[in-house]
Amino acid sequence: MEHSQEFILFLVTLNQMITVSVVLIFAGLAGLFSERSGIFDIGLEGKMLISAFFAAAVSYETGNVWIGMLGGIAASMVFAVIHGVTSITFRGNQLISGVALNFLASGLTVVLGNAWYQKGGQTPALSGAARFHPIELPFADALRDVPLLGPIYADVISGHKPLVYVAFALVPLTWWILFRTRFGLRLRAVGENPASVDTAGISVIRLRFAAVLIAGVLCGMAGAYLSTSQGAAFGREMTAGRGYIALAALIFAKWRPWYLLMATLLFGLLEAISNLFPNIDVFGLFTIPVQFTQALPYILTVVILAGFVGKAVPPRAGGEPYVKER
Amino acid sequence: MERMPRWADVFLVPFINLLLAFFVSGLVVLAVGEDPLKAVWIMLKGSLGSTAGLGYTLYYATNYIFTGLAVAVAFHARLFNIGGEGQATIAGVGVALALLAVNWPHWMLALPFAIIGAGAFGAFWASIPAYLQAKRGSHIVITTIMFNFIAAAVMGYLLNGPLKSPKTQNAESLPFPPGTHLPTAHELLAPLGIEFSKSAPLNVSFLLALLCAVLVFLLLWRTRLGYAIRAFGQSESAARYAGISSVKIIMITMLISGALAGMLAINVVMGEQGRLIKEFVEGAGFVGIAVALMGRSHPFGIVLAAILFGMLTQGGFELLWEMPNLSKEMVLVIQALIILFTGALDNMVRAPLERLFLYLNRKKRAA
Repeated sequence: MEHSQEFILFLVTLNQMITVSVVLIFAGLAGLFSERSGIFDIGLEGKMLISAFFAAAVSYETGNVWIGMLGGIAASMVFAVIHGVTSITFRGNQLISGVALNFLASGLTVVLGNAWYQKGGQTPALSGAARFHPIELPFADALRDVPLLGPIYADVISGHKPLVYVAFALVPLTWWILFRTRFGLRLRAVGENPASVDTAGISVIRLRFAAVLIAGVLCGMAGAYLSTSQGAAFGREMTAGRGYIALAALIFAKWRPWYLLMATLLFGLLEAISNLFPNIDVFGLFTIPVQFTQALPYILTVVILAGFVGKAVPPRAGGEPYVKER
Repeated sequence: MERMPRWADVFLVPFINLLLAFFVSGLVVLAVGEDPLKAVWIMLKGSLGSTAGLGYTLYYATNYIFTGLAVAVAFHARLFNIGGEGQATIAGVGVALALLAVNWPHWMLALPFAIIGAGAFGAFWASIPAYLQAKRGSHIVITTIMFNFIAAAVMGYLLNGPLKSPKTQNAESLPFPPGTHLPTAHELLAPLGIEFSKSAPLNVSFLLALLCAVLVFLLLWRTRLGYAIRAFGQSESAARYAGISSVKIIMITMLISGALAGMLAINVVMGEQGRLIKEFVEGAGFVGIAVALMGRSHPFGIVLAAILFGMLTQGGFELLWEMPNLSKEMVLVIQALIILFTGALDNMVRAPLERLFLYLNRKKRAA
């Protein structure tokens, strides 16, 4: 079936949107778990970066992308443990700890990458079983000829790499965990009023560590996706501020999973647009510079934070170390 | 009763933190198969061993004094200004506009206007997050982070559009008039008969940085406003009860902080580059956080910490040449560990030390 140029462009944009949103979904969900438990996490960026590096390095060395992903998750978990120890055990400043971890990741990945591969911080290119490959969903080809929905199913929804589907499946799972399980209820309570959770005889420290570690796993998957799925090698600073965009999406979504999906897709769409159409000409009147599209997620987040369009209220105990009353 | 003597609080704790950071850094150096002690020696020699090295060290230190002071002033009001990077970036635009507007005959005439440009633009970029924090309660850490990215986009737009030099392909502004050239250490010291390297970018901005450190000290500990800022930082509710307006303090503190971060543009854009380029801040805004933490938010400590970080930055470039297995990003690792140990893991060192001093005191009293 023939399609118009515009329709194909539309499909390509949507496809790109999904591809670039995945990192934001993983990282956003990581931030969601951590911040809902009262631990600020501006170290999403660093955890993703270190994971992206180790996922690529381990994949390259073992030739197996799944082992590589585990390597990335392990590296991200180490960072998560450091963040947990500083901010929960030693009651340090969570923001400063996050800043430090981001620096540590951007330094360490280049230092180790250079020492191991001598490629200016890059890892060797991954191929074959050392990276993820697209999956065709059932009937994708058969349904392609169904008008409108056929091509959307075949070209937008089908044909992504495995982690893409994992990311989208994690959104309802996160919602279910947070809002339908006892663990989720306690997790949210510990972010709002840790003293009451403590009074009920539940360990604040254990709950917060659990949340921070879950964030570590999710950031690890985000990083592994970047270097072994979206890309085919690690490049220095390859997260390029996506950890902060994920943070912005989290605020934009007011710390709720379904809204987070919407926000990450919106920010993903903006990234796809700025990749595909650098300067947008508006009816020949003026052009929207590409920098504006790139800055839009940040601008939107500031507007939301300022409470001009609905108010974003963070978890009440966020950022404050819990001290048992004696 | 004090838990710890003052000297332990001011010197011993940061010193132990620093040692821990260096120790872990040493492990990283070992891990890539180089000798940590040799690396220290190369860095020391590279940063202090020649006037060229020293000139670079103090040039970087100048940047870090400005950004360190910016973070520290905000810290005193319990505000965490992570936006030094963006504020300095936008301040660069202010400097460029001031210097390109007039064909300046002499740097002494140009400098005050460049300072006003840098200060005003830097303060402006800090004022929006400050206003949103003071009036709308949006978290200043998040907004200043967002403003760093917005600043980078603004800069990208300006240098590819309105401010772009028509003479080159690069994203940079026209060169500033020759009259705006700030005297370098070489030019300043030559008449005194002191031979200083010609290649080092150290310039009069260093003196401006020291002046700023003195002014910040006077502001914080010798004026009514400084008292209000510190009182606000100690306890917002107590300060409000004493009739101090929280909106006013947040705004003024952040304006000062932004202007200080903006001064970095004097050193780099006016002093070194002579034109506006992209990404001239090079992470100095973030290093300011480490410097302020190390220096315990005190101007004297900040100057010392800034020089230490200047040595690390310059020494890191030397490592690149002499140790092929080690990259200059090693400096980032060291910085990160210093931030981690002095900033976030402070309690790990402080709590056992406090216990130790309590124990010693008790023994003394018993005796």
